[in-house]
Amino acid sequence: MSETRAPLVRLAGVGKHYGNIIALQDVSLEVSAGEVVCVLGDNGAGKSTLIKIVSGLHRHDSGTYEVSGEEVRFGSPRDALDRGIATVYQDLAVVPLMPVWRNFFLGSERRRGIGRLDIDFMRRTTKSELLEMGIDLRDVDQPIGTLSGGERQCVAIARAVHFGAKVLILDEPTAALGVKQAGVVLRYIVRARERGLGVIFITHNPHHAYPVGDRFLLLKRGRGIGYHRKDEVTREELTALMAGGAELEQLAHELEGIESGAAEELSAEVKRLGLTDA
Amino acid sequence: MNQTVAQPAQPVKLDERVTRKSPLRRLLGRPEIGALIGALALFVFFGLTADTFLTANAFSTILYASSTFGIMAVSVSLLMIGGEFDLSAGVMVTTSALVASMFSYQFSLNIWVGVAVSLAVTLALGFVNGLLYVKTGLPSFIVTLGTFFMLAGANLGVTKAISDNVATPSISDMSGFSAAKQVFASDLTLFGIQVKITVLWWLAMVAVATWLLLRTRAGNWVFAVGGSAPSARAVGVPVAKTKIALFMGVAFTAWFSGMHLLFAFDSVQSGEGVGNEFFYIICAVIGGCLLTGGYGSAIGAAIGAFIFGMTNKGIVYAEWNPDWFKFFLGAMLLIATVVNLVVRRRAEVSE
Repeated sequence: MSETRAPLVRLAGVGKHYGNIIALQDVSLEVSAGEVVCVLGDNGAGKSTLIKIVSGLHRHDSGTYEVSGEEVRFGSPRDALDRGIATVYQDLAVVPLMPVWRNFFLGSERRRGIGRLDIDFMRRTTKSELLEMGIDLRDVDQPIGTLSGGERQCVAIARAVHFGAKVLILDEPTAALGVKQAGVVLRYIVRARERGLGVIFITHNPHHAYPVGDRFLLLKRGRGIGYHRKDEVTREELTALMAGGAELEQLAHELEGIESGAAEELSAEVKRLGLTDA
Repeated sequence: MNQTVAQPAQPVKLDERVTRKSPLRRLLGRPEIGALIGALALFVFFGLTADTFLTANAFSTILYASSTFGIMAVSVSLLMIGGEFDLSAGVMVTTSALVASMFSYQFSLNIWVGVAVSLAVTLALGFVNGLLYVKTGLPSFIVTLGTFFMLAGANLGVTKAISDNVATPSISDMSGFSAAKQVFASDLTLFGIQVKITVLWWLAMVAVATWLLLRTRAGNWVFAVGGSAPSARAVGVPVAKTKIALFMGVAFTAWFSGMHLLFAFDSVQSGEGVGNEFFYIICAVIGGCLLTGGYGSAIGAAIGAFIFGMTNKGIVYAEWNPDWFKFFLGAMLLIATVVNLVVRRRAEVSE
């Protein structure tokens, strides 16, 4: 390793427009090995545009995108993958009816001879890779659709790690999960960091982001509205910075004059959002 | 109540709530199991009601009937696991027989030339089916419904135009006929039972298809493109190629069945085959293939074909009116589908 290691992924002043709609403007971001960067923002803030650029699905129109200090312009997700940047999308790209191990190796099957699968190897590897990340599946032959949402998410992440990812992009991995399941995934993100991966964790939930993140990029309407290290920001500030907190509070004030019941509920909701742990 | 509350206090080291699958459940999770139970029940039923059912002769007749549909059910089940239908499969059998027969006859060539030309033409038809599906993005149901009618029309039209008859002239005296008959339509005696060679071909194809599905990368891709094509594409599975290959697989068995038809009867009725495509699909579905793709087995489809053969001939042996055959077949399809659904839910439900 060189002494002054360039970050695995570095975006500087990146922008993207679709026709005359500016989806992303002047956004900067850095991810180094063993670091989790959380990208926070409400719907339409530009999170998905940002990951599409990083994962190679779209090209940026302005700014620079560097991988390990080298400027890149990816033509396809395959290019990004070849540079070790793997994306785990919300739909996870798994086939629910197929066994866990077949899903794990789908598209990159290990073979012995022509066409013949090395089933033994793939079963063992799947089991050990999952164990490594703290998921103890007794039966890697069960259809992946029978796993819980969190476990499925973890299998998808483990798959990306196994096939050589250096940077993981996780697109709202906790969005559709219950509290406990989300915890499983968060623990997994921490493990990935411990294994020396760079993680870009996209979420709209500051309670999920704060415990695992090293840096936080806040997006709003296609622009970065804050880029903080963990020691510069508290969980409450992070929550308040997110569109949700401030605007809900304002909405509660507005409603107060009209209907007391709804306003109370809303302000209670704001409190809950600000104070309770996820 | 107290006991159930007290239990979790003991640290039972279960990771979340994974896998509590008994061997019985695992067995019930197999796609073939419903069909297997159905086949045994039918066998016992006909054995008790039809006197002549449990004879070697009857058994070989049933096996023959099963094999002629079973050969097609092999590839149709693979296609269904891959998430698609082929409604043109029934008439494609006739097309392939017609091509081989008329090509050899009109050009007075050795019969094997016709057989080879027919293979090329039929595979091309399968390729076209697949290509149309991949390029248009239309449901395969619509694409092959179109090619089904086109082939059915062409079978009649071309045959009439060339031979002035709805049937092709007999080719039994042409060179190569007897050798080809040996391969595609001969009788053998195995363990004292007369067996049609199609039965052996059928079993061989089931074995190859099963190996392909469960032990090769191609098989993995078949399940994947049927289970979730977008996911398969995302991880680098060549979805379009896999689907086209599956359509060509159906074409291959259609060619084989067409050759059997030709050499068993030496003349081909050009209107034949219409409606058979549904029998193939029924065999596959009774055998546990999901209509939505991603699940099923070639062995299941073989058992489905065996059920089909047993019902078809069993009704005759039981001396019932054979007109009722289709009624029973339809009823069995419904029962099998419901049983498969229930069994699969039981076996897989986890949340």
